[in-house]
Amino acid sequence: MAELRVALVSPEREVWSGEAEFVVARTLEGEIGILPGHSPVLGVLLDGSIVKITPTGGADPILAMVGSGFLSVANDEVSVLAEQAELGTEIDVSAAREALRQAGEGERDEQAAAAERRARARLQAAGVEE
Amino acid sequence: MGAQLRRIRQRASTVRSISKITRAQELIASSRIIKAQQRVRASGPYARQITRAISALISYNVGISHPLLTERTDTRRAAVLLITSDRGFCGGYNSNVIREAEGLMSLLREEGKQPVPYIVGRKGIAWYRFRQRDVAHEWYGFSDNPRFENAEDIGRVLVEDFGKPEADGGVAEIHVVYTEFASMLTQRVEVRRLLPLEIEEAEAAPAEEEMGALPLYEFEPEPERVLDALLPNYIESRIWHMLLQAAASEHAQRRRAMKSATDNANELVETLTRVANQARQAEITQEISEIVGGANALAEASAGSE
Repeated sequence: MAELRVALVSPEREVWSGEAEFVVARTLEGEIGILPGHSPVLGVLLDGSIVKITPTGGADPILAMVGSGFLSVANDEVSVLAEQAELGTEIDVSAAREALRQAGEGERDEQAAAAERRARARLQAAGVEE
Repeated sequence: MGAQLRRIRQRASTVRSISKITRAQELIASSRIIKAQQRVRASGPYARQITRAISALISYNVGISHPLLTERTDTRRAAVLLITSDRGFCGGYNSNVIREAEGLMSLLREEGKQPVPYIVGRKGIAWYRFRQRDVAHEWYGFSDNPRFENAEDIGRVLVEDFGKPEADGGVAEIHVVYTEFASMLTQRVEVRRLLPLEIEEAEAAPAEEEMGALPLYEFEPEPERVLDALLPNYIESRIWHMLLQAAASEHAQRRRAMKSATDNANELVETLTRVANQARQAEITQEISEIVGGANALAEASAGSE
């Protein structure tokens, strides 16, 4: 079976890259799953969502939090570009908890909602909250 | 020790300690250039991908319109974003940027537009404050080591001002003056128009050839909304690129300025040492001739008394 070449990129660096069997992300319209041979797609990611990458070779899936960004798929190449992209293993859990608490207290505008989603996604990616 | 000699030696030691400081600055700057260059490289993949995505969007949806792509005619105000440094000791870095920006502003004035400065970096802010000119917005504290949040912040303010009506400080176009890091030895001041947007494909061109034509993307959600979400990110990525370039240039110019300062200091120390030696020699000669003169006088006096 063909494989997907996946790159998770933030403006500051390439966060993760490698081969994968399956990628799940959430766009503004809903969840999208990508297997090898997927038709070209350009989708806007939901700010503060989770991208799940299942690498080839049966390794554990990689979870990452993504902020504002997009996903492009073409010729079995998947690029996830996000202004904020953090791997679950790199996330500072206590900082994310604190951010979530603050987001809950502040004003209820769009920015606060995005901050709350990001904090929640961080915790989920780190595997401490379902 | 004579007063003159002491003064010269004091001056030499002052110059020597200054040269130690400039030498340290030079070394710090050299190590930071490498880091700054690595960051420029690390930002490459993101910039290429987002440029490709936007090109794909625009080329498959000919005539797609977006406020950020269209010229505004309802206001004559034009924003000029200057990227300067927070600290000095970097030669002509800041004055070059400011001179170029002033040139651009007078050009805009000739075209009947009203330029409004937006400034990054304490040095630029101080220059405009001192002349009591109005500055629309200022940012500082990150010029030598910018973070992406800074680019995000600047981008948000600029995009917002571009969308505002004239009375609230809206602007019809946005120009950026920054320093491009061409190589270790050359850094050029560049002027770019940021908004209304012209997609720059120069950088993406090599990748384009490698990968052939752009694939026929499906858009999710519809192209207009994708463009809506992507354009601000693209602008932030452009600003991010400029901030990184400017930071690398700042370090390169600081290194050069500090190197010539150190060289000059060493040269001065050498000259001062020579002058001091001469003065010391003159003093010794004088003392000897005084002693000889004194001995002769004594000898003559005693010869006379016999």
